[in-house]
Amino acid sequence: MSQINRLTGKGLVDHSKTVSFHFDGQPLEGHPGDTLASALLANGIRLVGRSFKYHRPRGILTAGSEEPNALVELRTGARREPNTRATTIELYDGLDAASQNRWPSLKFDLLSINQLASPIFGAGFYYKTFMWPASFWEKLYEPMIRRAAGLGYPSKQTDPDHYEKANAFCDVLVVGAGAAGLSAALAAARVGARVILCDEDFALGGRLLAERDEIDGQSSQDWAKAAAAELESLPDCRILRRTTVFGVYDGGVYAAIERVSDHLPEPPAHAPRQRLWRIVAKQSVVCAGGFERPIVFGDNDRPGVMLASAVRTYLNRFGVTPGRDAVIFADNHEALTTATDLSDAGATVRAIVDPQPQRSTAAEEVVAETGALYINGIIDAVSGAHGIKSVRIKDAQGASKTVDCDLLAVSGGWNPVLNLTTHLGGKPKWDNALSCLVPGDLPPGMRVAGAAAGQFSLQACLASGEAAGADSAKDCGFSPSACSRPAPARDVGPVVPVWFAPSSRGKAFVDFQNDVSVSDIKLAAREGFRVPDHLKRYTTLGMATDQGKTSNLNGAALLAEATGRHLGAVGSTTFRPPYTPVAIGALAGHHRGKDFRPTRLAPSHAWAVEQGAVFVEAGAWMRALMFPKPGEAAQDTVDREVANTRNNVGVCDVSTLGKIDVQGSDAGAFLDRVYINGFSKLAVGKARYGLMLREDGFAMDDGTTARFADDHFYMTTTTANAVKVSQHLEFCQQVLWPELDVQTVSQTEQWAQFAVAGPKSRKVIEALLDSGQDISNEAFPYMACGSFTVCGGTPARIFRLSFSGELAYEIGVPARFGDGLIRAIMKAGAEHGIGPYGTEALGVMRIEKGHAAGPELNGQTTAHDLGLGKMMSKKKDFIGRFMGQREALNEAARATMVGLKPLDPKMRINAGAHLAPKDASADAENDQGYVTSQAYSPELKSFIGLAMLSEGPARYGEVIKVCDPLRDYETLAEVCSPHFIDPEGERLRV
Amino acid sequence: MRITCPYCGPRNLEEFTYRGDATVKRPDSLDESATEAWVDYVYLRKNPAGLHKEFWQHTAGCHAWLEVTRDTTTHEIVAVELASKGR
Repeated sequence: MSQINRLTGKGLVDHSKTVSFHFDGQPLEGHPGDTLASALLANGIRLVGRSFKYHRPRGILTAGSEEPNALVELRTGARREPNTRATTIELYDGLDAASQNRWPSLKFDLLSINQLASPIFGAGFYYKTFMWPASFWEKLYEPMIRRAAGLGYPSKQTDPDHYEKANAFCDVLVVGAGAAGLSAALAAARVGARVILCDEDFALGGRLLAERDEIDGQSSQDWAKAAAAELESLPDCRILRRTTVFGVYDGGVYAAIERVSDHLPEPPAHAPRQRLWRIVAKQSVVCAGGFERPIVFGDNDRPGVMLASAVRTYLNRFGVTPGRDAVIFADNHEALTTATDLSDAGATVRAIVDPQPQRSTAAEEVVAETGALYINGIIDAVSGAHGIKSVRIKDAQGASKTVDCDLLAVSGGWNPVLNLTTHLGGKPKWDNALSCLVPGDLPPGMRVAGAAAGQFSLQACLASGEAAGADSAKDCGFSPSACSRPAPARDVGPVVPVWFAPSSRGKAFVDFQNDVSVSDIKLAAREGFRVPDHLKRYTTLGMATDQGKTSNLNGAALLAEATGRHLGAVGSTTFRPPYTPVAIGALAGHHRGKDFRPTRLAPSHAWAVEQGAVFVEAGAWMRALMFPKPGEAAQDTVDREVANTRNNVGVCDVSTLGKIDVQGSDAGAFLDRVYINGFSKLAVGKARYGLMLREDGFAMDDGTTARFADDHFYMTTTTANAVKVSQHLEFCQQVLWPELDVQTVSQTEQWAQFAVAGPKSRKVIEALLDSGQDISNEAFPYMACGSFTVCGGTPARIFRLSFSGELAYEIGVPARFGDGLIRAIMKAGAEHGIGPYGTEALGVMRIEKGHAAGPELNGQTTAHDLGLGKMMSKKKDFIGRFMGQREALNEAARATMVGLKPLDPKMRINAGAHLAPKDASADAENDQGYVTSQAYSPELKSFIGLAMLSEGPARYGEVIKVCDPLRDYETLAEVCSPHFIDPEGERLRV
Repeated sequence: MRITCPYCGPRNLEEFTYRGDATVKRPDSLDESATEAWVDYVYLRKNPAGLHKEFWQHTAGCHAWLEVTRDTTTHEIVAVELASKGR
């Protein structure tokens, strides 16, 4: 069987070349320029899928993206994509597609017995039937229903292709390249406006390609080709083919998906599969066209029942006749065009069935020309399960007649494609003359032209498109010349639109994709679902991949009839983006795998990797957690790193801490206002610990700030709050106190900074210093800071700060020297037994010293709670001062930071555990606080913890119960000062 | 949504960070009688349906704090000024 329905030499496909493809394993041929649907029809294949609920045989209804039936699994393996519309898949050599929702085969499907049970599968069937017992839903009912009903299957493998995102800007965005869109784009681009023209199709022209119309003495197909060529030649016009504008957003932002490689077996090297465009347009002209409405009648879903416009598309654009013996059932004049086109293509038109009582002279001419019967009546019955064989026509007098046919072309008139006009909340309006919904209030900058605006005739499309394009260009500051086409008379729709042939036999489908029939809508109406949005949720009308493009209005009309209202009063459902399905992969773009979010690497990262460091994520940073030796247990590594730092010297990369440069003559005054303690009197060459509050009085962040000059401070923040504090300072500086002469800038990435800690740290730093510089205890005491040069002229900032509690220095160099500096430090420290330590050892040492960190600055603690209440200046204004003074934030009963030592040193103090009096039960009513941090102290040879405990400092020496019911753990601990080691700080000052 | 930064021109929403109500004014923290004003400043925010003045920062750009007048029902942006202006 080879292309038995191909019309030799007809249409826009390339008859000189053949393309091979497979459908359900069957080898077939088509031509370049075909869609999968047109190629299947050319090969005489009408049955292409099974329906969602009843597994009814289904064929091809449309020739565009509104297709509800002809959904296939495209490609195989990891690229298999379910629910792709055969009507939009561009045929390529080697294409492999499979039908869906059938078993064991498309022609013989066991689950089609569902049809026999259809009387009980009505609207709300699942809600009503599978209610009891409730536990059965997840375990039994839902898996069972999912297996029986459904569409295609995804590959479940990682998508091998990549997707990208792009931005574009233009004066005028034109959506749709049919008669209206091409006219609009020409009108705007000819006068110099920057135009972007998008069309979901691979060929520009829309219905112009599907009809045998004439424009300016040319065929509509030739006119479209010439218009496209002219637009291509204009320098500021960008044409995006295979690109669907699927969403409208605030501020003239439009989202579009470009199917860059979907028409190829696989993307070419380095090319994306799809590209997500964000188009920012000053003006837009939506020329999205229209959807032809089916008429609802019994067994209207049989393969071979096709929209009349689609019949003409297959004939005129693809050179394929969808049938040889046709019947036409339409309530409008386009039925006649369909008859003529079919007849001219060599098909026999058996009958034209017109539900309207009038019969025009134009109809007489067509009847004479085609030899068709002209019957004023309806389709009463359809026979042929896998493909239509005959129809029974009932005329206005009630007489029936059976006519053999293999194609039934149906048209119930046209609906404008409204979707993009409503994405920002615009409500469509009912138009009585046209019998359809038309766009209502439009988003700013948007115009609608052509069929999308209810301008259905060709002349109206051309004229309204030109006018909208010219007006849009004018609004962008261009001077378009007067429009060349006169505004045509207003279109009228069918005299009386026909939605439904009420007396017909068999199941009459409104929504093909979801198997929603007339009886479902009537049932829903009887049960009180009177609003289209409710009807949608209850019956699934208008859901799934096509979102009711061919069914919404028919559904609303039936609902109106069932509830005795005028259709205009029923309204419509709300359209939301996307207009057609968009792959999640396209929305994600490159943000997957390791690119899901960027990783920040510390300056010593490469060196740490060489040392076999184990890393931990700290925000976006990768920090070295520890540096294990081969075969060493984690706890042993941490103990070793701590002991080596306390006994010899250790080094740790602290570059991830936030670093903010603060400069200006009022820099000191500014810091006075952001920290609870004072900084304006800090001596140059000194650093000081500072605590920042939020304006509500709770602790926000802490760190040290050093003064390099009268007007130059250098602040550090915690790693986690680096960005937040920077933003906060900018807010304070720009909004609260713009009168202060101060500027702040984040330098987190500019400096590589290392903590060198331990009794031998001075020797290591001295070895790095260029000659003639002094960091002796006298010249450079605890909390000193200064600028030096190291390693032969490298500028360095050195701070005598200690987080570990040992004699320690922090040394900072410009980030590019960070890798060199860590290697230099290790080399200089080798003779002193230097060893690197990670964040785990860092954490142990700060807990031993009782320094508050993230777990203590948890958003619920005040300066008082951290034992820093006395630091709050009484004299000056600072952020959090007023609210921080509130009594309740300062009372002794508040949970305040303490240390905890277990009575048995081998017992862990679990972080997160709650604290209760020794003899009390572990109940919420006895809760007196919680453990924030825990560690094993190698120096004390005991587990220790930091905790927030009610009236904490007054309870040193008391034994309390550490309760961790979640982990079924309890132990007794002694409350103590959080300063476990060297409470007087003598080691710091040597 | 797009915001026109006075320094950088019209930019996409994701370049900006939202803070909220810009009609609040920080009271004097040394005025011990200003309790009510402080409670309002810290905890109360206007949430009008319609035009609203909001703080936004151009965090992926010049870091300027902006006072943006936005219609909360349509997202239309009526005015953008530097937040430092006139304070």
